Amino acid sequence: MSFISDIYAYLFYFATLVLLGGLTLKILQYARTPAPLKIPTTPAPTTSVGVALRMTREVVLFESLFRGNKWTWIFSWMFHFGLLLVTLRHLRYFIDPVPVPIQMIQPFGIYGGMAMIVGLAGLWARRFFVDRVRYISSRSDHLILALLVAIGLTGLIMRFVVHTDIIRVKEFFAGLYRFEVVILPADPVLLLHLLLVALLMIIFPYSKLLHAPGLFFSPSRNQVDNPRERRHIAPWAKRLEQE
Amino acid sequence: MAKANFQVPELKEYAEIPEIEPGIMAHSKPFKSKPEFQEALGFPGELVEDWQKKAIDKMGDLLGRYRSLRVYLDSCVKCGACTDKCHYYLGTHDPKNMPVGRQDLLRKVYRRHFTLAGRFFPNLVGATDLTEEVLGDWYNYFHQCSQCRRCSVFCPYGIDTAEISMAAREIMDHIGVGQKYCNEIIGKVYKIGNNLGLPGPALIDTLEGLEEDVFDETGVEVKYPIDQEGAEILLVTPSADFFAEPHVDGLIGYGKVFHEAGVSWTMSTYASEAANFGMFIGSYDNMRRVALRIREAAIKLGVKRIVFGECGHAWRVAYSFLNTLAGPWDFLDQRYPIPQHICEFTHDLIQQGKLKFDKSRNDDKVLTYHDSCNVARASRMGDKPGGQFDIPRAIIREVCNHYYDMDEETIRDRTFCCGGGGGLLTDDLMEVRVKGAQPRIEALNHVIQEKGVTHMAAICAICKSQFTKVLPYYGMDMDQIVSVHQLVSNALILTGQESDEPDDEPADKREDKLASEPASQSTSAAA
Repeated sequence: MSFISDIYAYLFYFATLVLLGGLTLKILQYARTPAPLKIPTTPAPTTSVGVALRMTREVVLFESLFRGNKWTWIFSWMFHFGLLLVTLRHLRYFIDPVPVPIQMIQPFGIYGGMAMIVGLAGLWARRFFVDRVRYISSRSDHLILALLVAIGLTGLIMRFVVHTDIIRVKEFFAGLYRFEVVILPADPVLLLHLLLVALLMIIFPYSKLLHAPGLFFSPSRNQVDNPRERRHIAPWAKRLEQE
Repeated sequence: MAKANFQVPELKEYAEIPEIEPGIMAHSKPFKSKPEFQEALGFPGELVEDWQKKAIDKMGDLLGRYRSLRVYLDSCVKCGACTDKCHYYLGTHDPKNMPVGRQDLLRKVYRRHFTLAGRFFPNLVGATDLTEEVLGDWYNYFHQCSQCRRCSVFCPYGIDTAEISMAAREIMDHIGVGQKYCNEIIGKVYKIGNNLGLPGPALIDTLEGLEEDVFDETGVEVKYPIDQEGAEILLVTPSADFFAEPHVDGLIGYGKVFHEAGVSWTMSTYASEAANFGMFIGSYDNMRRVALRIREAAIKLGVKRIVFGECGHAWRVAYSFLNTLAGPWDFLDQRYPIPQHICEFTHDLIQQGKLKFDKSRNDDKVLTYHDSCNVARASRMGDKPGGQFDIPRAIIREVCNHYYDMDEETIRDRTFCCGGGGGLLTDDLMEVRVKGAQPRIEALNHVIQEKGVTHMAAICAICKSQFTKVLPYYGMDMDQIVSVHQLVSNALILTGQESDEPDDEPADKREDKLASEPASQSTSAAA
């Protein structure tokens, strides 16, 4: 099966390159684009510590979404927090030795996987049952949900139905660090799971998944409310003054 | 009142989220700007020849200038949290008035031209070319947005439709498709100095009339100075304050407050306008040009402080942008906020105990307060977050006995727009104005029924004009909307004032009251 292992090795090199390279380019683009005017949505913090707290509440608790729509908040928080646990749990396949906190999180990662599926199902159901959300959904919105659900389900199938040889999977990824292709178990569910994860990595920098870095660059959330105290002027606006 | 040729929404007891009715507002658009109005602002007079290419180029230019635009066009996940937040959607039921629906009009063209997915798989991600039909949608629906930012409160990424609609209007202006109301008004500011086109002599005449009225009513010589060099404070206020009701009652109030404070102040015929419609059309250049007039007036008159009158978006531009656009203000007195809101000024005096009020003079009213969107969600007063909510309320409570807030879901940063902001305060958009006002009127109606509220106070010239026109459509009276400083003016006891009668009552009524009612001894004695 070394042919498939080769393909997967190159696929993951490619996916990692696209994910990291694409995200870096996007983040640089956001960072380099000036924000010529102070536009925080008020009431906004008047200090940078306050802004850091506001951003933390947005990232961890989804504060604005909580105010906006409780159902969407419940489902999306379940999905994202579940995904976080699952990702932490998966670290043991990529790190050796496995740190104690990651060892301790293992059982919770399973619940995380379930919460992820339930959350995604709830978010998806809204796209069919709420006429306003149905109106704004495009095919790509459904496909990304399908992709994430499929990743979650194939993962849970490997945990509960057809186990895979996880030691050899770990050896495969450890091999990639040394640019060696170690044979990957040829279980169809595993191969599907990994293929979908690679796909997710590849579309990340070119899709709405950009909301993850985007939040950190959102001027209405990340700006300090101090325009009277400090002059805020973008380079292109400054040039107007010299004319 | 001309009869409405559209269905005025029914007011319900509880707010309802309507089902979508696609295309129901597709007919609504403002008059197009004529070449003469366009050119005064530096835009092409009419639709340019290769408009598609020029529009895409302009979009690219704006993407490089505004981080907000780039991040907001990328980040939307279509979660739907904003879909029921826009007052225009709630009032019209048109899904293109949902914030995400409105943004997508621009986003789908952005995707097509500026993203890989949109270039290669347009159908998958909902990307389209910029066709005549899309441009038509832009013109109609980006002029059904008052840029009130209510959606940005609830978006998990803080996506602000105001930024998107400003960009869309800027692009349209650059290909020669402008909105008449905004562009004509900006032209008037350049030519005459204010939105209403009131020339200097008319302003002077109005102010002399006000001085006489206030003297007749109070026996105190309150001055309303203009173009007075060497005054300490320059007051910049919306030009509606010079002649329209209830705006002018607010202007009377500012003058009385300055009089009691014992400060010298002046207005300017050159900068006789606080409003800055450059913001509504998303044009940094025009916004800056309008703002610079205030700087020039301040330097010419040699003032030390700048105070802004009651106007919502004017206060946004003043508080958030004036330092950026027309600063640095190093020639002003740095001990005071630059610029300062008239409510901050009055509130400071109240806290120092320098103003004496007879609250009972507002006893003919039971009040509520309308947070104007640009004040609430895009500015601040005082030195603490949320001062823009607390300071006006503190003033109102100080000058009247009966005050009730509207439903918590509809005030402060969740306030509903009056429906006339963002350059929509024009008769050609009456339908969208009336329908867009519905959520606010519904909340107002609720406190009218439950608490016996009779009047709603506001600190925005657009809100006041809009409600004056729209309230009658809902069976309410146009004078139910009042200025905050009108209430201050009613209750304020001027030093040396002989009579303590409400100053906005007609003279004949006043005599009846004098005969039947003993003067309020304690307060007039203190004054």
